[in-house]
Amino acid sequence: MKKVGVFVCHCGTNISQTVHCEKLAEAAKTLPGVAFSTEYKYMCSDPGQTMIKEAIAEHGLDRVVVAACSPRMHETTFRKCIDSGGLNPYMLEIANIREQCSWVHSDKDKATAKAGDLVNMAVAKVLKNEQLPSSFIPVHKRALVIGGGIAGIQAALDIADTGYHVDLVEREPSIGGKMAQIDKTFPTMDCSACILTPKMVDASQHPNITIIPYSEVEKVDGYVGNFDVTIRRKASYVDSVKCTGCGLCSEKCPSKKIPSEFECNLGTRPAIYSPFPQAIPNKPVIDRENCRYFKTGKCKICARVCTADAVNFEDQDEMVQIRYGAIVVATGYTLYDHSQYGEYGYGHYKDVISGLEFERLVNASGPTMGKIKRPSDNTEPKNVVFIKCVGSRDKARGHDYCSRACCMYTAKHATMVRDKIKDSQAIIFYMDIRTPGKNYEEFYLRGVEEYGVTYVRGRVSRIYEEGEGENRKLIVQGEDTLLGKQVFVDADMVVLATAMEPQPDAAGFARKIGISYDQNNFFSEAHPKLRPVETLSAGIYLAGACQGPKDIPDTVAQAGAAAAKVVALLSKDEMETEPIVAKVDTDRCSGCGFCIPICPYKAISFTDLTERVHGSVAWGPTGKEVKRQVANVNNGLCQGCGACTVNCRAGALDLLGFTNEQILAEVDSLW
Amino acid sequence: MKYAYYPGCSLSGTGLEYNISTQAVAPLLGIELCELPDWSCCGASSAHLQDHTLALALPARNAALGEEQGLSLAIPCAACLSRSKAAEHAVKTSEDMRAQIESLIDRPYQATYPVKSILEIFIDAGLDTLKENIIKPLTGLKVASYYGCLQARPTDFMDVDDPENPQTIDTIVAALGAEPVSWSHKTECCGNSHPIAYPEVGGPLVNRILEQAEKSGADCIVCACPMCLGNLDMRQKALGKKRGRPFNLPVFYFTQLMGLALNLRPKKLGLKKHFISPIPLLSKKDLLKRIKIKKVKNKPADTPVPASESTETPTPNPDNKKGGPA
Repeated sequence: MKKVGVFVCHCGTNISQTVHCEKLAEAAKTLPGVAFSTEYKYMCSDPGQTMIKEAIAEHGLDRVVVAACSPRMHETTFRKCIDSGGLNPYMLEIANIREQCSWVHSDKDKATAKAGDLVNMAVAKVLKNEQLPSSFIPVHKRALVIGGGIAGIQAALDIADTGYHVDLVEREPSIGGKMAQIDKTFPTMDCSACILTPKMVDASQHPNITIIPYSEVEKVDGYVGNFDVTIRRKASYVDSVKCTGCGLCSEKCPSKKIPSEFECNLGTRPAIYSPFPQAIPNKPVIDRENCRYFKTGKCKICARVCTADAVNFEDQDEMVQIRYGAIVVATGYTLYDHSQYGEYGYGHYKDVISGLEFERLVNASGPTMGKIKRPSDNTEPKNVVFIKCVGSRDKARGHDYCSRACCMYTAKHATMVRDKIKDSQAIIFYMDIRTPGKNYEEFYLRGVEEYGVTYVRGRVSRIYEEGEGENRKLIVQGEDTLLGKQVFVDADMVVLATAMEPQPDAAGFARKIGISYDQNNFFSEAHPKLRPVETLSAGIYLAGACQGPKDIPDTVAQAGAAAAKVVALLSKDEMETEPIVAKVDTDRCSGCGFCIPICPYKAISFTDLTERVHGSVAWGPTGKEVKRQVANVNNGLCQGCGACTVNCRAGALDLLGFTNEQILAEVDSLW
Repeated sequence: MKYAYYPGCSLSGTGLEYNISTQAVAPLLGIELCELPDWSCCGASSAHLQDHTLALALPARNAALGEEQGLSLAIPCAACLSRSKAAEHAVKTSEDMRAQIESLIDRPYQATYPVKSILEIFIDAGLDTLKENIIKPLTGLKVASYYGCLQARPTDFMDVDDPENPQTIDTIVAALGAEPVSWSHKTECCGNSHPIAYPEVGGPLVNRILEQAEKSGADCIVCACPMCLGNLDMRQKALGKKRGRPFNLPVFYFTQLMGLALNLRPKKLGLKKHFISPIPLLSKKDLLKRIKIKKVKNKPADTPVPASESTETPTPNPDNKKGGPA
């Protein structure tokens, strides 16, 4: 005799204010198969879980229905609960009476009726549940970190320190990311290079870290514990083993006037280059687009001066496939392109620059050796205007979201202007000042009080140029909402705090490796509060600004968290898999193969089946065994999406835990 | 192309020269403008401060009259245009609003024929057609194209190439052989009616535009709105006095410059109706040359339009001559 226990949760008042929980629990008692029913304020809490376990023991329950929040929230919690209560964890059904009922309805009686239906369905389904055994898969003890910015470096170091091997893939010639371009860091004003470059060195010298520079992840196959990753090593035309990093090739390269990406195009680099002097690895690459040899077929000066014979013009992209147990995605961000702002000159005004460009201008190793000079004529600007929220919090042109770091770095920039140019003026146009971090508010106030940075509350409606040569200035026209007046500010240079946004190829990359992304193309975490570094794809974790705008402290913290998750996974020799997978009824399978292309995880393939009659092998008229092809599901790869089951013409495929019989029982229970 | 011409109130008053120059130029480019019979006020800047639905119904009535004839409205005035496009947008996006408007104007209105500005119509007619008809290129004339607010905004329903840096007038100016200057205040507000009601608010707005046009090195300003022209032209004297240095920036309607390049007589273009006379500038740039001003002066009344007309007008002979204002 099947015995179902029904447990109705109030979720504080989340559910109980729109659903009569007591009535619901009472009504559930009358349902067929239900042996026990009760309600409680917080079913997920310790007393709530104890209540379930005690009821299982006391009433001899063999299956459980919990009417509470979405299964995405607490299904795992309750599975563990009944597991420790002595039941198979899959003898559980969740009736979602919060997200799908109480939160979206207001009429209490109607909502209670609907919650009743949902419980009905769950009871009908749970009566058909079977015990599902977990299987185990081996875990390959090697981790991949994609992206060599501060997030990737930190995650790699943290994983490597626990003894597991890590590969750090970076698409640029050097690791370091955006942080390597930054001059100083708020709120302590440490020099960015001084805190980043030692970490870069640590990563390069760590016995458990292999840096794979100038490479991109092409493909991710496999599944948690066993990802088969294809990495494209881009042709660098320099043999990194032979190269000693002497730099003579860069020095002698005749094509020197190429805008440097690292310098935000404010400086130049040669065609054979290493992005910056502290690059790691400090091995140059040839920029094929701009190389004289590749353009004209003549030159090869770099090859001639190279004492190590490391230049190889025949170099080609190379694909390598490596198996990993876990992946950390730390692909970072890019900056909003302010040329979309027509009123700020569409990017045509040379002296209207982005925050990152300003970082290069104040950076001691930057194109101006740390002297703030405006790009148009290399003179020292006296009046510098900063505009915040360019592309952030702007539904019309940019993004809805706040980029989080801009208030602080703008405060830093303005302070630096006042510090470096004594007779200067720094004026910041702002919408709000957001300083939610340790010592952040104090940092901003120091800028105002000690350095005399001026804050004007209002948006800038237009920037236009006036005058020529030395007298050229920018007029910043905006509103001072505290005065209720339009203001016009003469500026020598304007710095825009442009929004942080995902890498341009973020969405494509997410699809390639099989993780989800949000409406802004930032990668989605599994749960915004409780699983902030996991993705919904098991074994793939997130670190840094690829998940959402973040400053350096938050990025480092998240990278550490992702590393902890990776280590937890790699520390197991084998891991339990979800038994909710597709199953083939070989008696029914006609071998049509329609399920094979439909499977997004490539988990289904053909297998030969030898026919048996009454338990013994069937022999055909020609004296051979009778064989036929049937579908076979690889449980390690199957993610239980169910796409194959609806496509099966013979009805031979069923998803365990969601069998056709179970779903029909749910539907039938409504009538 | 045939259009139902909707001059609106301004074009029989302050914007008279816009009216006559538009009507003089259009036929030369194969555009037929038939004045919409029984047209009524668009509501301009007053109606939408009072009643939203009424403010949409007023221009909708005119567009509906055009629709009855199977014609798009051709609108020179930017305010009329803005209101008419707002009505068109409302009818297209809300069935409910369409029903309300139809009951107010007592006739159906489906917005099947798009409301167009004269500027759009000239652009649609093709810059090549315009270039072919140019007899006297406006070489050496530096022009600041001024669009004001209503030609470029709101982007929801104004079909504009770029709300921050529109180019339509500039392309016409360039086609005429003049030099459009790049400047910053193309779409800044001229103050609308504020220079009249609140000179302390409106004055500085006009002043800013004039100063920027001056700094850009332009000889003159060209616009497509009677209100803008009124403000920029009429206020120069007072504002010049206030700043202690006179302004001397003639302000044209773009149709006047077109007429000039198409070799029409200044009088036909209303060139003498400006507060800041463009005649000295045009003489200096040698752009009045082919026009026999003396001959015109000799005749006291210009109504008969004798044979001299046909000799002066360039190649395509206009078949309808709706010379003067309504």
